[in-house]
Amino acid sequence: MTEPVLDIHGISKSFGAIEASRNVSLDLRPGEIHALIGPNGAGKSTLIAQIAGALAPDAGQVMLNGADVTALGTVERARLGLGRTFQISSLAMEHTVLQNAVLGALGERGGVFRFFRPIMSDPDLLRTARAALERVGLQDHERQRTADLSHGQRRQLEVAVALTLSPKVFLMDEPMAGLGAEGSQALTGLLDGLRTEAPILLVEHDMDAVFALADRISVLVYGEIIATGTPDEIRADARVREAYLGEEVA
Amino acid sequence: MTRERLVNAVILLGLLGTALGAWAMDAPYTITLATKVAILALAGVGLNIALGLGGLVSLGHAVFFGIGGYAMGILASHAQSYSPILTTPFVIEGTKSMPVIWLVAILASALAGLVIGALSLRTSGVYFIMITLAFGQMFFYFAISWPAYGGEDGLSIYVRNGFPGLNTLDPIQFFLICFVLLALGLGLTARLARSAFGLALTSARQNAARVQAVGISPYRLRLVAFMLSGMVTGLAGALYADLNRFVSPTMFSWQTSGEIMVFIILGGVGRLFGPVVGAAVFIVLEHVLGGLSEYWHIYLGALLLLVVLFARGGIIGLVAGREVAHD
Amino acid sequence: MSAVLFIEQVLNGLQLGVMLFLMAAGLTLIFGVMGLINLAHGSLYMVGAFAAAAVAGATGSFLLALMASLAAAAAAGAVVEVLVIRRLYARDHLDQVLATFALILIFSEGTRWIFGSFPLFLDIPAVLSGPVTLPGGIAYPKYRLAIILAGLAVAGGLYLLITRTRIGIQIRAGEADREMIAALGVDISKLYTLVFALGAALAGFAGALVGAIQSVQVGMGEPVLILAFVVIVIGGIGSIKGAFVGALLVGMTDTLGRFLLPGLFGLMMDPSAATTVGSALASMLIYVLMALVLLVRPTGLYGTA
Repeated sequence: MTEPVLDIHGISKSFGAIEASRNVSLDLRPGEIHALIGPNGAGKSTLIAQIAGALAPDAGQVMLNGADVTALGTVERARLGLGRTFQISSLAMEHTVLQNAVLGALGERGGVFRFFRPIMSDPDLLRTARAALERVGLQDHERQRTADLSHGQRRQLEVAVALTLSPKVFLMDEPMAGLGAEGSQALTGLLDGLRTEAPILLVEHDMDAVFALADRISVLVYGEIIATGTPDEIRADARVREAYLGEEVA
Repeated sequence: MTRERLVNAVILLGLLGTALGAWAMDAPYTITLATKVAILALAGVGLNIALGLGGLVSLGHAVFFGIGGYAMGILASHAQSYSPILTTPFVIEGTKSMPVIWLVAILASALAGLVIGALSLRTSGVYFIMITLAFGQMFFYFAISWPAYGGEDGLSIYVRNGFPGLNTLDPIQFFLICFVLLALGLGLTARLARSAFGLALTSARQNAARVQAVGISPYRLRLVAFMLSGMVTGLAGALYADLNRFVSPTMFSWQTSGEIMVFIILGGVGRLFGPVVGAAVFIVLEHVLGGLSEYWHIYLGALLLLVVLFARGGIIGLVAGREVAHD
Repeated sequence: MSAVLFIEQVLNGLQLGVMLFLMAAGLTLIFGVMGLINLAHGSLYMVGAFAAAAVAGATGSFLLALMASLAAAAAAGAVVEVLVIRRLYARDHLDQVLATFALILIFSEGTRWIFGSFPLFLDIPAVLSGPVTLPGGIAYPKYRLAIILAGLAVAGGLYLLITRTRIGIQIRAGEADREMIAALGVDISKLYTLVFALGAALAGFAGALVGAIQSVQVGMGEPVLILAFVVIVIGGIGSIKGAFVGALLVGMTDTLGRFLLPGLFGLMMDPSAATTVGSALASMLIYVLMALVLLVRPTGLYGTA
């Protein structure tokens, strides 16, 4: 078996009496889409925050490409190749679509502390940014102000910015949220092709997308992973059915 | 040319024209007022880097203004009394040369910006406002209680410092020096806004999490912005002290910090030329209303209140319309 | 240095701390409940002092003067809240700073216009003038001791108000969740006006009390306001307890620093240089304290992230 690119090992996190993550272990292998699902309040956001580096776990480890990144913050993890998208679009709203994409390309290339040359005529950054916008289908909107985009277009831009980073791992927090049927279908197609570039840890509520895309699925309930397996295994898992459908375990 | 650029050109030419007109009509006092506008505008241009681009509401920029002022005062007073500033471990002499004074003012401001910024930027929001205000007060009290350079009374300089090849005692020549520095400050800020640093900084203002997620540290961006901002305001402080040939703890006072911020809001937050318009309006009001009533600050306060409550784009916003996203 | 002198300075520090608490409590309450940074809080302090000085001058009664300070500051606070401040709750901090800076200009110049530029004096009432002998034979000004007790009493009263009364419950609910109290049927705009007026009254009261030991003049509020900011930064924004602890820390540090530092430097250098360096550094000491707290806890001692 190949080394996992992202390996989460025994993570626990409590807020007072609430255990938001209980001994969570999860891995992401090259070339796969691993979906993380679970009912509302299961602790998905807390877990994502710990993987992205926004929140420090009480116990456990996060390994990225074999390196222990548990002590590192969001910025360092991003530099090490963790490309994330946010559940609620997190973009520079007053900037244009292209500026947001160029920011991603800048983060990937480095050289932020350059004070004189106009960045929006840097051919390398523009090339990277435009290529990413084209892949999500925003190429005709690059001069638009981000605040003027539709909700779905903002979701696309989120993904495009992650693409400009050429990450080693994608961490996507509900990329389909609020997208129409057509939008989700297009994004499903995009993610499908993306897994060969970098594996995706996909947190998603859209079950059609999850079962269409995922190589493996983990189910988080009350901060605990109750099952991990292929879509078929998960469908058949009694505990998952109980958690989701309230069926009694026979 | 967009409407805002046209307005900007009119503003800059208006300031230059006022001074040159006053020179032609032999009205040195008006030249001095125009010089004051140029200098205060430069202080505002400095703050605007932190505030407008970085979203850092610093209520302590008087620190830099005062440091610039005291850089001038200390260097020039040692030069005029022919006593070295430092004798051990090596000798540092005072100077009456503007370029050297400017350099010292800028470097000292950068250092202060680094220390104050490194501490203050650990926080954000209201904490940041209060802390920058408090550090400003710290310098104010220090300047008052440190008797070596005049303490509460401040320091006077007999003759304005010199600039190679120019007669700085001639009001129009000193105005031109200040005007050129203001134009440079504006030009550099404009470049800065469009640079890689500018994009990252303005993005961090709008959404810090986004900037982090692409692997850029907002803290470092803001620290550098705070330093750059302080350096420009520090330069303005050195010029202001030279204009008055006097420096006192007032330059460090919280009112000074507030006024520099007022220039920005009167002109329009986030507008490159906002501080120029704001400083001009401030000086004109001070001059006109100050002549009518001893209590002109009431009217200034009322005007400021109206602008904040009802005209968020400031004066440039009223004239040039909504700001457009630029690329 | 004698022990008597030291205890006297400790009491002075306590007195400064208690006064700062009256200012900081209002500021932190207003920030906690309404999310507003109010630079004009120092103006309300000044309004209280001027009202007290004017009423004491007219009637000769210190008690009436104190009541006037409370009433005038609360009224000024309520009027300002209704006319200006309530338009600022939804605005960003920059707008709040600028609008309340504008209010300072209006208040200061307005006061100068009415009362002139010369400082007024508020006399200490006869009952409280002169020293009192404390256990251990320490003679301490009666009035300053009264200030300490009054300040502590107000702090206690505020604690009871917040923890035990209906209004206190609403205020705490407002700090936790604004929509929640609206949903509970509390008239939120009235509550805000009330909280603002309460904070103003505390500031005005402090202004009147201090007005009798210092002079009453335009611009007296802002240095205290900035000290109160330091207090809040140290204690943590929104926390009354933090404001109390922070105020005492700042009061003690400032007073004892000014008292002890020149002597401390005197051990190392000649006396006149020691006085210079010591007093210059003493004036910076509370800011150093603030910086240290920030390094360890960026959200203050009792602040939440």
